[in-house]
Amino acid sequence: MSCCDIGAYLAMHSEASVETDNDALEALSRKLADGSRQLEFAVPDAHCAACIRSIETGLAALPQVELARVNLTKRRVRIVYDSSRGAPSDFTRTITASGYHNYVLDGTGDDSSDPVLGELIRALAVSGFAAGNIMLFSVSVWSGAADATRDLFHWVSALIALPAIVYAGSIFFRSAWRALRVGKTNMDVPISIGVILASGLSLFETFRSAEHAYFDATTTLLFFLLIGRTLDHLMRERARNAIVNLARLQPRGAMRVLEDGRREYVRLEEISPGTRLELKAGERLPVDGMVMTGGAVFDYSIVTGETKSHPLAVGEVAIAGAMNLDGPIQVRAERVSADSYLARMAAMMEAAEAAKTRPRRIADRAAAIYAPVVHTLAAATFLGWLVYTGDWHTALINAVAVLIITCPCALALAVPIAHVVAAGRLFERGILMKDGAALERAAEIDSVAFDKTGTLTIGRPRLVDDGGAPADLRATAAALAFVSGHPLSRALVEAFGPVQPFSGEAREVAGQGIEGKLGNETWRLGNALWCGAKAGSGDLTTVWLSRNGAPVACFGFEDIIRADARAAVAQLRALNLPVRLLSGDADLVVRAVQAAAGIGEARSGLQPEDKVADVERGKTMMIGDGINDAPALRAAHVSMAPTTAADIGRSAADFVFTGDKLDAVPFVVGMARRSAAIVRQNLVLAIGYNAVAVPLAISGQVTPLIAAIAMSSSSLLVVANALRLRFALGGGKTSRRSAVAVRLKEQSA
Amino acid sequence: MSGLLFLIPIAVVMGLGALVAFVWALRSGQYEDLQGASERILDEDDPSAAQRRPR
Repeated sequence: MSCCDIGAYLAMHSEASVETDNDALEALSRKLADGSRQLEFAVPDAHCAACIRSIETGLAALPQVELARVNLTKRRVRIVYDSSRGAPSDFTRTITASGYHNYVLDGTGDDSSDPVLGELIRALAVSGFAAGNIMLFSVSVWSGAADATRDLFHWVSALIALPAIVYAGSIFFRSAWRALRVGKTNMDVPISIGVILASGLSLFETFRSAEHAYFDATTTLLFFLLIGRTLDHLMRERARNAIVNLARLQPRGAMRVLEDGRREYVRLEEISPGTRLELKAGERLPVDGMVMTGGAVFDYSIVTGETKSHPLAVGEVAIAGAMNLDGPIQVRAERVSADSYLARMAAMMEAAEAAKTRPRRIADRAAAIYAPVVHTLAAATFLGWLVYTGDWHTALINAVAVLIITCPCALALAVPIAHVVAAGRLFERGILMKDGAALERAAEIDSVAFDKTGTLTIGRPRLVDDGGAPADLRATAAALAFVSGHPLSRALVEAFGPVQPFSGEAREVAGQGIEGKLGNETWRLGNALWCGAKAGSGDLTTVWLSRNGAPVACFGFEDIIRADARAAVAQLRALNLPVRLLSGDADLVVRAVQAAAGIGEARSGLQPEDKVADVERGKTMMIGDGINDAPALRAAHVSMAPTTAADIGRSAADFVFTGDKLDAVPFVVGMARRSAAIVRQNLVLAIGYNAVAVPLAISGQVTPLIAAIAMSSSSLLVVANALRLRFALGGGKTSRRSAVAVRLKEQSA
Repeated sequence: MSGLLFLIPIAVVMGLGALVAFVWALRSGQYEDLQGASERILDEDDPSAAQRRPR
């Protein structure tokens, strides 16, 4: 399918993970009641019907698979399989071959079902049912039903309303009680008081065969409030899901070498000091470790931002997060994961967190003002009418009317609905958001700071110079490179593929490269000396190809800048945001990237502390990926990280974006500003509604009919306004619809 | 007036029926993947029938 064709062989070689191992997968699967096992994979790129089909049909063809089902909302695929019929490592391969990145999720923990959401939705259903049915009777009452008929309708309404209020309202009552018990007040306190007083009064009025009962208003109120509450919860749940999906990206374990030489998979938390670990080429070190075997070369780009590789001798200690560049090596774990270099960064993150006061969310600020104002108004209404008429009944009815009319339906919907819609738009673009507050902060920023390695650049070497090698040499080099997981080999395969596997015998030589024998020819792909060439002194990292000891081709590699970095920087500048570059790398490299991306200000050779100090001036948005960026990501007003970032960087960032494109950054800022505008408009609408309705309520003019109309219309208005975000900034629904049309055409053809 | 005696129960029972149907749909997992469901109708062959195979 053209819409998601990523290139299977490419994907197959771009992620080397410990989790393709059978033991590892088996350890992460969950045993089901009928004896089969279940595994879940995150598939962040899946987004359409064709994606579902190619993943599911690919998996269903495997003999061990009993059920494969893609969940497009969570971007996951659930596989139920029979482990006696085949290995689970086929899954990773099969999904990758269909063209999708995938990461296994830890299924051994508790179930992903969410009891709170279930409770909210059931309460929503019950209150919706009650509101709808009571409204039927209320319409008859408003249309002029009188005497015995009206009383009958009121009684039936009470019969439906009271159980529904007890059931659906309990969510608010419990929350209000929890707050009151510790001497605090929240938004749920006035809601609970309003609902309880209104239903008590309505019941009393029904007993007296009086004209007005507020059962309809009370249930409708609960219905609207629960919609807001559910949306808010869904939003947080989605963010939590995104984080769970992401947490699995980084290796969660490693291969342990046992005394007798056997290998065994251990989880990260089971690694203790002294554990002997084996790292293949391209794997990351899970904890700080001492190098045990010779010829180790590490890539520190994700740790410190340096692009130069570090050769380490036996006995030297490598930092957690560093990537092993050459053949398999053994290291001895020095510390447990909780107190390695990562832990120092985590401590700095906490310090940064404590030092800054996060602005409170708009909804919380509104709620803090709201409760006292409403209580004062209702009490004043009650006292005013009591003094004026001397009739406590009228006074109470009017006070309850104030409580009902001021109930924060629109207010409770105004913020979550805008955030849910904006988060949906971001999600479609492959941007994950941790919570709505991040969106509010992203709208306030006054400058943007980028990290260099892995953020402005791809973070992986790319072939930039093939030395004019003819096609047959290129094919041989790619075929040899196919054997290895070394980043340079992968870059070569990526550049020259699709490849035929090397037709002769090929093996990897630790610390040197790959050697292949074909007939009487010996081919080597590796470092200059090994291939018989003189070590060059250029800027590029080079790999040589030699035939029978004579060098025949040279390939140059460089970590290249992302294709749209310049455009993204220009877009940010158009949004009136100055852009600067903060890097831990050497000055020369930083200047080159600064010029290529068109960034005005750049600082190089920064320590993590310097980055923190830099982003703390003003309201900065920080975009970074390294372990050394994590404290700055947390200290910044708001932050973003690519999915390729280090684990700690991703968890520190407020937004995580997938894909190679940096235009996610201006998109987030644009979306945040639009949603902030919508939230402000919604709050103004909600306040405007109150400004009109409250004087009516205080003066005793509000009948149940007016209350019902006013409440519903203000809520609908707020929702409709928020939905405008779906159509903002081009695309959205329309492009989706045309994509559907195209797909339908493809299928009918 | 006598009509109300059976019309009201009918209305309430129909409403309850809808509530029960919704709770059933919720329990049977039909709200698990709304986005996926909207895309799956574009698929010609029925995947749920094709996937489940006897062991």
